Amino acid sequence: MQKVVKQRMMALNGDEAVAWAVKQSNVDVVSAYPITPQTLIVERISEFVHNGEVDMEFIKVESEHSALSACVGAAAAGARAFTATAANGLQLMFEILYITASLRLPVVMVVVNRAPSGPINIHCDHNDTMGARDSGWIQIYTEDAQEAYDSTIQAFKISENPEVLLPTMVTLDGFFISHTLQNVSLLPDEVVHEFLGVRKVPKIKVPEIHGDKEVPLMLNPRYPLTFGPLDLFDYYFEHKRQQIEAMMRAYKVIEEVHREYAEISGRSYGDGFIEPYRIDDADVVVVGLGSTMGTTKTIVDELREEGKKVGSIRVRVFRPFPRERLKKVLCNFDAVGVLDRGISFGHYGQLYTDLCATLYGVKDAPAMIDFVYGLGGRDMPPKLLKKIFEEVLEARVKGPEPVFRIKGVR
Amino acid sequence: MSKRGWQEIPIAGIPFLESTEYHTGDWKVFRPVIDEQKCVKCGNCWMFCPDSAIEWDGESVPKPNYKYCKGCGICAEECPAKAIEMVR
Repeated sequence: MQKVVKQRMMALNGDEAVAWAVKQSNVDVVSAYPITPQTLIVERISEFVHNGEVDMEFIKVESEHSALSACVGAAAAGARAFTATAANGLQLMFEILYITASLRLPVVMVVVNRAPSGPINIHCDHNDTMGARDSGWIQIYTEDAQEAYDSTIQAFKISENPEVLLPTMVTLDGFFISHTLQNVSLLPDEVVHEFLGVRKVPKIKVPEIHGDKEVPLMLNPRYPLTFGPLDLFDYYFEHKRQQIEAMMRAYKVIEEVHREYAEISGRSYGDGFIEPYRIDDADVVVVGLGSTMGTTKTIVDELREEGKKVGSIRVRVFRPFPRERLKKVLCNFDAVGVLDRGISFGHYGQLYTDLCATLYGVKDAPAMIDFVYGLGGRDMPPKLLKKIFEEVLEARVKGPEPVFRIKGVR
Repeated sequence: MSKRGWQEIPIAGIPFLESTEYHTGDWKVFRPVIDEQKCVKCGNCWMFCPDSAIEWDGESVPKPNYKYCKGCGICAEECPAKAIEMVR
């Protein structure tokens, strides 16, 4: 096992932590458009470029649609490309999200979660990235600035793995993480360089065009390939099947990258997919995403002191969804409360529906309640979390009905 | 020929055949037919064809390549001798 390397601590907010991760990751091209609460990422990176601290091309664009399009072009030319956005910006990228994934380009994007308009809101909820969950991107939801830094570095390695070749979206909660100062441990530049290396372009065989020779999967006049042409009912479905399989292979790669990174940094987040907290003898647990799960740990501690057997599980990777892990662990509990900082109007929160699909037909599946909270950055105070735990404890006796509960709204 | 499965084609939607193997002329409704008597061999149809589907040696009567001709009718429109008829 590798030795944990000595690191330097800096006071950074979540956005700055991401910018530092990008600075150290040998990125070739950054193309991004500023939007609150992501702006600081773009500002810091452009400062790094302006000051000559990085060897990176910063492409200024007129919109997010163009920002991601520029990354698509750069990545297709073999570059390591990065962009960042939030809410409305992500929505403007929507067309290109699917294209990035289907062209199998390992672009990394950080999304600072912000409630989608309207009415216009700049604060955190997860409805922006939840809207993009089916676009074929890997999604990692982080809990704090340190994890945002760590996950951004990991994302390049996951995406560029030839078994995967899918773009990765790393998210952090707007303002709660993006603008909150925290002590962040930074790896030395050379350690990150060694961890990621230079992007290697995979090779493919196209016998009818290039004979037996393996050619790089990139835009290269020497070995011409066409990216993104018409693909109708004859082959489109086969290409989607390849994407489905790549996502399945990503499980192993995400786990490996997380473990390798833990060995050099000394930091890990559960098994990389889910982060359980004090669940060993728990009767009930609360499951959720993002920064709220930090507060949840504190509440778990408080309730444990009162003698209540509670725990929490944070889902870190949302796509591919860690269904086998969750299936295995959740059946140990009597009741589960699901925290959803998002809502599919006309249905439940997105995490809850995915958990229901995961547990359907499973013997010993727990009673499950969906708690929708915090839309538009509405605070989740410890008192409310405590109440939610109490309701989940009650469900052991009374059952989960009603399963859909909206919390923190007047 | 049976179509290839997902494990037999390149990833990323990269086409595995050269573009000439895609017979884009398959979907046309009208095809241009050149009247050799009327044709003045000016080369207008050859020049205007957006798909380069008209073959011409610079001397004789041009010949449409129906494998790639989509039947747009631009050649007929541009022919000064009205020598091209669009036939269903």
